[in-house]
This record gives sequence, C-alpha cells and structure tokens, in this order.
Amino acid sequence: MDKLINDFSFGLFVWVSIIFVVLIILMRKFAWKPILEALNSREEGISNALKAAENAKKELEALNADNERILKEARAERDVMLKEAREIKEKIVSEAKGEASAEAEAIITNAKATIELEKQAALTELKTQVAGISIDIAKKIIKSELASEESQLALVEKSLNEVILN
Amino acid sequence: MKTNSFFKLLFTFAQILKTINIHERMIGKLNLKVLVVLMLALVPSFTMNANDDQHQSGAYHEEATHHENNENAHKALPHSEEEGYNDGVNTKDEVADYIQHHLGDSHDFVFFSDEAAGHHYGFPLPIILVDNGLKVFMSSEFHHGDKVVTKGDAHYRLYHGKIYKTDAEGTIEYDEHHHPTNAKPLDLSITKNVFSILAISILMLLLFRSLAKGYKNGPIPTGFARVLEPLVIFVRDEIARPNIGEKKYRKFMGFLLTVFFFIWITNLLGLTPLGINVTGNIAVTICLALFTFIIVQFSGNKDYWKHIFWMPGVPVPMKIVLAPIEVLGMFTKPFSLLIRLFANITAGHTVVMGILAVIYIGKETLGTGGSIGVSLFLTLFINVIELLVAFLQAYIFTMLSSLFIGMAVEEHDHH
Repeated sequence: MDKLINDFSFGLFVWVSIIFVVLIILMRKFAWKPILEALNSREEGISNALKAAENAKKELEALNADNERILKEARAERDVMLKEAREIKEKIVSEAKGEASAEAEAIITNAKATIELEKQAALTELKTQVAGISIDIAKKIIKSELASEESQLALVEKSLNEVILN
Repeated sequence: MKTNSFFKLLFTFAQILKTINIHERMIGKLNLKVLVVLMLALVPSFTMNANDDQHQSGAYHEEATHHENNENAHKALPHSEEEGYNDGVNTKDEVADYIQHHLGDSHDFVFFSDEAAGHHYGFPLPIILVDNGLKVFMSSEFHHGDKVVTKGDAHYRLYHGKIYKTDAEGTIEYDEHHHPTNAKPLDLSITKNVFSILAISILMLLLFRSLAKGYKNGPIPTGFARVLEPLVIFVRDEIARPNIGEKKYRKFMGFLLTVFFFIWITNLLGLTPLGINVTGNIAVTICLALFTFIIVQFSGNKDYWKHIFWMPGVPVPMKIVLAPIEVLGMFTKPFSLLIRLFANITAGHTVVMGILAVIYIGKETLGTGGSIGVSLFLTLFINVIELLVAFLQAYIFTMLSSLFIGMAVEEHDHH
C-alpha cells in the first residue's frame, strides 16, 4: 500500500484526466455519434425492408386467395351453366321426342285408317269386279253350254239329277 | 542486437498489417488463425526487446544486493548507483528491480540501451515542473539520472523515476526507511505513459473516424472497419443495452465505447515490445474509475439516492444500519474497478517478465538451451492468456461501469 501511494503520480493523473475528457468529447463527436447513427439507420432500414417484404408476402397471399376464390366461383358458375344447359338440352330432346312420337303415332294412325279405308274400297271393288267377272264367266259358260240341244238337255238332266239327289 | 530488435519490431507491425490485409475478407472464419499468427509474431520480438531493456535497467542499478524485495533493494543502493553499468540482469534482485522499473512510469521513452557505451536508444520527453513558476525542459538534460539539472536557483535530480529538489551536488536525503525525504516539485511532465496515452488516443480517433467515414459510402463497412464494427455493436448490444436499458443507454455510449476501446488497445499495446504499462499504472486506473464514479453519481435518479440513504421496504432501524453500508458501497464499486484493472495488468506484466528472467536465473540448473526453451514456451503460453486478459479486463471494466450506471438510472416501479 505504501508503495502504491508512492507510485501514484499526480501529474500522470492530471494528464490522463484531461486527455480522457478530450478523447471522450472528440470520439463522441467524430466517431461514436456517426457510427451509432449509421448503425441505427442501417438496422432500421433492414427491419423496414423485412417488414415491407412481410407485407408484400401477405398482400400476395391475399391476392392469391382472391384469385383462388374467383377461380372457384367461376368454376362453380361454369358447372351450374353446364348443368343448366344439359338440363335444357335434355328437356328439348325429350320434348322433341315426345312430339315426334305423338306425330308419328298420329301419322301411323291416319295411315292405318287410310289403309283400312283403301283396303275396304279395294276389297269392295275387287268383290264387284270378281262378281262381274264371275257373271261374265258364267254367262260365257252358260252361253257355250247351251249352244246345242243336247247340251241343253244334258244340263237339264244334270240339274235334275242334282235336284233329285238333294 | 539493438538494430535487430528494432527491425523485429517493425517486422512485427508489418506482419500485423499484412495479416489483417490478407484475411480482411475472411476475418470471421480465420479469427483464431490470425490470433495465433499475431502471437507467434509478437512473442519472439518481445523477448528480444526485453533482453535489451534489461541491459538498460542495468544502468540504474550497479551492484547485486541481498535483499528480498525491491524496496529493500533500493535502501542499500549507494548514492552513485546511476553512474556505473554492469553486465545485465543476472540475479533475482536485479530481475525484481528490472520488473519494478518496467512497471513504473518513466520520463523518457527508451526502447533499448547499450550498457557498455552508456547509450540509450529512444527519445526524451518534455519535463514540466510547477515549482515557483513553470519549468519546462527535455528529459535528456537529466542524462538518465546522471546529471543534476539547474533551473533558476533550483536543482532537480531524477532518482528512481521521480524528480526531487536537491542541492547543487544532487544529494538525496533518506529517512529511516531509506525513502528520499527531498521535496518533490509538482511534476506535470509528459511521461512515457502520458505520451503513450496521447498516441493511443490519436490511434483511436484515426481508426474510428475511418469507420465513421466509411458509412458515407454505404451501409456496409469495408476493410479494417469490418473488424471494428462488430466490436462497437458488441459494446452496444452486449454491454450497454442489457445493463442500462433500452431507453437510456444512448447517453452513456460515448463513455462506454471510449473506455472499452481505450483499455483494450492500451492492454494490447502493453503486450507489444514497446514496453509500455499504462493500464497497469494506478494513476490511470484511478482516473478511469473516477470517471465511472462521477458519471454514476451525476446520472443517479431519485430512486438511486433513496436506496442509498433511506432504503425503501425495510424497517426504520434497518434503514439506519443500511445507509452507511450503501454509502460505502458507492465508493467500493469504482474502487474494485480500479484495483481489478491495475492488479490484472500489473500481474500479467510481472509474470511475463518473471518468466523471461528464467533465461538468466535458470541457466545453471537447466542449461542455456533448456532455460531459453522453458522460458519461451511459458512466455508464449502466458502471452496467449494475456491477450485474453487484455480483452476481458476491457470487457469487465465497461460491463461493470454500465451495470453501475444501470443501477443508478433504473426506474423502480415496484415500490
């Protein structure tokens, strides 16, 4: 302790105090202040940039979500439209089918009626013609059969025989 | 031998600069490697220079004495001790004297001496004495203690690093403890330590001014500033912010950063062969701790003083008992700072030089090669530790300063 006190130099102490005060003032003004300000502004810049990036990411996500939603809606709308179209088509087709079959049936019915009528007419005509032809044939046969005496007699005979037999 | 050592010194600095330059871009990865290279570069030159320094110390102490410690050694020295030279530092007492001489301040900056010719290689520093007016002259006038300087009607003599008023013949009077009783003039000389501090201050200003200027070119520093910037951020984020608090730390950054880099750079330069011992000087550490003390007292808020003189939350008798303890605590905190720094650096220098002395002391038992080997190995080892201590002490001083400041400015919401 004695030695420590002996070693203590007042002059050195005074000089160190002065130099240190001046050093602190100078360093504050010329070094620490600009350095710390630069560091702070850099750190703020970095954190701001990070925040901006985060925001941009969020916005992008929102945008993506929107797109997704719109796409989904569009798809749903398309599906609905398709479904409706399909329904309409089916309806139209079935309606057309119904109408067509009804018409066809009507036509067929008409045709059948007409055919029946025509058939009846034809049959009637045919009957008339067959009757006429038969009469003609009969006339011709009778004419030929009754051309001679003998044949007339033979016929009478025959007819008499038939009548007898009956 | 002398020029050799000087070149070694230059070479060392060149190597440091080169290393920094080479590894500038990969300094992060190669931190450890750089450290080791620097160590290897520094240690041999240190030993070389110390070798020379020891011759210089021989100039101050003529004969071997048989006393155990330095103080006793001084007692037995004859008055004419400064006049003769011997062949170096060979005995334990001479080693102790030499270490004491290194640890103390001096009035000239001597790198090494030629004991045979009596030459000291270095430069003189101005002596400023306040004794019936201001007396300024160069320390070379003392001729390293050989001559009495006469200014006006007063005579001054340099004796063991201190300036005493003497008669024309330079007689030193002693008391019963063999301490000089001559009057001492107020000595405001630019001593070796003052000179070193000035040089370090200028170095710091240049270094950090360049870092500050670098930010004008862009937010990312380049070159050596890239090494400095993380340290500034370290002091801010690891020392000031957590201890003082986010709101108030800015005000104290100037002091904390300055004190951190001042102590660190000074400690590091103390490890170089320049042979300066600034932070191992009690006057310097007292001054630094005084700054912390003053800043703490002046930034202390109402709560701080209340906690010292009238501790809240305890019974009245306890408040009375606690007040003197807390007042004592005001002074013991900075006192521990100054003692810690002083003791650590002094111890480091003493151990390094003591181990270097093994070269001479252990020559008989270990042989020349053995003593040199053991000494160099141990010195390298201690030097690596000292590199760590240099940083650690700067860190602890700054850290505790900011802790004390933090305690003084803290807001106590819970009371």
